[in-house]
Formats: sequence, structure tokens, C-alpha cells
Amino acid sequence: MKPARIVITGIGLTAPNGNSLAEFRQNLLNGVAGVERFEVRYMGDLLAGVCHYDPLKYQKKKEVRVGTRAGSISIYCAREALADSGVNFEAMPKDRVGIYIGCTEHGNVETENEIFNVSKFNYDTKFWSHYHNPRTVANNPAGETSLNLGITGPAYTIGAACAAGNMGLIHATQMLRLGEVDFAICGGVSESIHTFGIFAGFKSQNALATHEDPKKASRPFDKARNGIVISEGGGLYTLERLEDAQARGAKIYGEIAGYHVNSDASDYVLPNPTRQAECVRHAIARAGLTPAEIHIVNTHATATPLGDIQECEAIRAVFGEGCPDTYINNTKSFIGHAMGAAGALELAGNLPSFDDLIVHPTINVDDLDPQCALPGLVLNQPVKAKRVDAILNNSFGMLGINSTLIVKRFVA
Amino acid sequence: MTKDQCKQVVIDIITDIAPDEDLSALKPEVRLRDQLQLDSMDFLDIVMELRKRHGIEVPEADYIQLASLDSCAEYLTPKFTAAGK
Repeated sequence: MKPARIVITGIGLTAPNGNSLAEFRQNLLNGVAGVERFEVRYMGDLLAGVCHYDPLKYQKKKEVRVGTRAGSISIYCAREALADSGVNFEAMPKDRVGIYIGCTEHGNVETENEIFNVSKFNYDTKFWSHYHNPRTVANNPAGETSLNLGITGPAYTIGAACAAGNMGLIHATQMLRLGEVDFAICGGVSESIHTFGIFAGFKSQNALATHEDPKKASRPFDKARNGIVISEGGGLYTLERLEDAQARGAKIYGEIAGYHVNSDASDYVLPNPTRQAECVRHAIARAGLTPAEIHIVNTHATATPLGDIQECEAIRAVFGEGCPDTYINNTKSFIGHAMGAAGALELAGNLPSFDDLIVHPTINVDDLDPQCALPGLVLNQPVKAKRVDAILNNSFGMLGINSTLIVKRFVA
Repeated sequence: MTKDQCKQVVIDIITDIAPDEDLSALKPEVRLRDQLQLDSMDFLDIVMELRKRHGIEVPEADYIQLASLDSCAEYLTPKFTAAGK
């Protein structure tokens, strides 16, 4: 039996350069980056991608105070996605709705905050917050969303380092096909800029970007790239089985065509281009496509000197020279690395290409690293494609987790 | 500290922990829970803030004393006085 066809029917997002898909897309086409100076505890003035959505649009002040930033981002994105989907949410059986949210990490922000808090009381733990545990449980972002929306179906997070954004969509696809739920809210979120630990960790790894102009700091594929710009953000989608979406006359952004997830099993932090290429090939095969039929490849590249080269090696191995209609781009050059949200945001930024046939560029490439030179790499200016029928989205993470997701143009 | 000042201490704390609530017509003799959307975690917040801001400890067995503004004042004023406040 063929698996059920799964389609995207709604998108809600907040990115450092936009709080809706329309605003985000416009800025990607206009070359508008969203990186700014940001004060990090113990470390001072650094660079980060900061979101400027209004938390009070969908939450009470008390919910914002008691909850987490990741929870707030999730609620904003989920509500925006539901509104965008046009579904009659009030009439929907809430126990048939699933929430699947990818996270790189969760709980570091809240734990650091509490340690800072008790440090002001001579580390006396009687001043430790009673909210610490509900804030730091790994399911927090999904759980806060279920509370806000009254959703009683399965709601949990998927921990998959920086591959997590894709994983939210992949897992939702699987759950819809299994019949576990009838409607899914899925994708990825990140609150990582509010933990100094992630900045300090990347700095100790010599992988934290610096640049006098914040908007030029995230520069994958450029010779002068010097590391990652850490960002917060969220991208959540509504996914449905095709028959359900059609029955209610839903707008369809695209159809989940294929995916794959694998593991390097080779290093804690260093990527493995062989496994990455395998992941991409398996996803393309599952989609029933050939590499030449993929028209946009959105890279994971984070602007680390080695990581970008290795991903390019993997892409070169799969796509080579025989894919004249395949364009390659990168979204992190605009918004930095949104960690658990990265895959979900980067896919969203490309989905409008099905309609306008424009491929957003990779910006900040003043001097292309020859080792990152790929046929079809879209540099600094958007290009008009002859056709965009399939978009492939790569997201890779530490401990060697790789995820590739392919969305194709919906054809009834 | 007077009982009225003690009530204001509690109101200041509730203003922060329940920022959506209108506290202008709070009745001192009525249970806080019957006038405001406060749950058990919020009462733990009141206990925590009394500890943080004023060094006042409220043992779990005495939480019931925080039911209304009047009972708060009756219970807490001697504690503030004993603490030299």
C-alpha cells in the first residue's frame, strides 16, 4: 500500500529578519540580513540573530513570565501556522492533533538563569525557582504549546541537534501516515541565544563568527568566513493528509516527497561528507526522483571553515556537473544559525519559489572559497529558475546526525 | 511595619507574579484565590518573593495564612517587626 500523501497547509515563523513568511521571504529576496549586536551574560557584546515578534499577541503576561522563550516562540509560530492554514481549529478534535517540535537543546537557558539567580544569594538553593523543572523538561516547548492551544494529542520535542527542524516535519509525516494523529503542528524552535554556554562553547571551539558589521558576519562559502552566528527563531508548519486538506479546500504549499535521517558514527562535532551524501541520496531515492530533478538545494552550511567544505563535497558527490537546473543556496547567511529552528526556517524561506520561481541567494560572499564552488550556487543576487518542482533541505547536527527533507510542488 | 504596609508588600509581589490581573479593587477580607487567577505555583511565588525581597520565611504549614490580604497582614506583620522592619 502506498503511504498517504502528506501536504503542508500552513506556516508560522519568527526569524531574525521577519515575523511572517511574507516578511521573511521579502527580506531573503532583498538581501536583508537579521544579525545584530547582543549582550551575552559573562561575555559581553557579541553577534546574534534576535527575533522581534510580539509574545503578547498570543500569550498573557503571566504565561510569558512563567514559561520559556522556546515555549513562547513555539506558541507564536503554532498560532500563526494555524491561522495561515485556515483550518477551523475550534471544531477540530483536539486529541487528534499532534505537536512535534525539533530542538537542538532545551533547558540550558533556564538552568543558567537559576544558577545566576542563586549566585546572588550565596548559592543558597532555597532561592532556586519552583518553575525550574517544568521549564527545563525536554518537552517544554511542545507542552507549553499544548497548554496554550488546549491540544490533548501527543505533544513532544525531538532532540536532534541542528538537524532538528527537519526532524519535526519528518516525524509529523510519519505520525500522520501511521494514523496516530489527523493534524500535525511541527517544525523546530530555538532559544539558544539566551544561554551563554552555547556562545562560550563555540568560542572555545574557535567556531564563533566575528565581524565589525553584524550583517556581514554570517558568510558561508566566503574565503573569510570565521564561524557561526548563533540565532533564535522558530518555524512551525501544519501538516495534513492530502485527502483531509482537499476535503476542506486548504491552500497547499507543497507535498512531502522524501526524507532521510542517518548518523555519521564518526565524531562528536566534525561532519562526515560520506554520510551526508548518503543521507541526501536516500532522500532523493525515497522521493522517486533523480538529483537532476531537484531544483533547489538549501545547504546546512554554517560558515565554519571545514564544515562548509565538507558539505560542498557531499553535494558535489551527489549532484556533480549533470544537474543544470539545480540551484544551491544558503539561508544562514541572512539569519545566522537558528539551531533547532534552522531546518524549518530555511525550508520556509524557499517554499515560495514554487510560485515565483525565484531562488534566494547566499549573501555575504565577497570572495568565494574555491573549495565551496559548486555549479548552481546562487551568490548574492536572486536568480530566476526555469522551473522549481522540488526543494531539498539539508540540516546536520552534532554527534553526527544528518537529516534531508524534500518537498515537491503539489500536483493533484 | 504597619498592617497596611504589610498588605502593600503582598500587593507589590502579586503585581509582579500576576501581571494580567487588575488589583485596584482587591478586597482584603476575601480569599485571594476567589478574586484572582492564582494557582498553587503562584502562592509558592509569593513565598519565594517574601524570602528574596524581605528575608521572611513562611513554612509550608503556614501557607494557609496567606489566603487573604487581611490574613497575610495578621500573619506577616509580626514577622516583619521581629526582623526589625
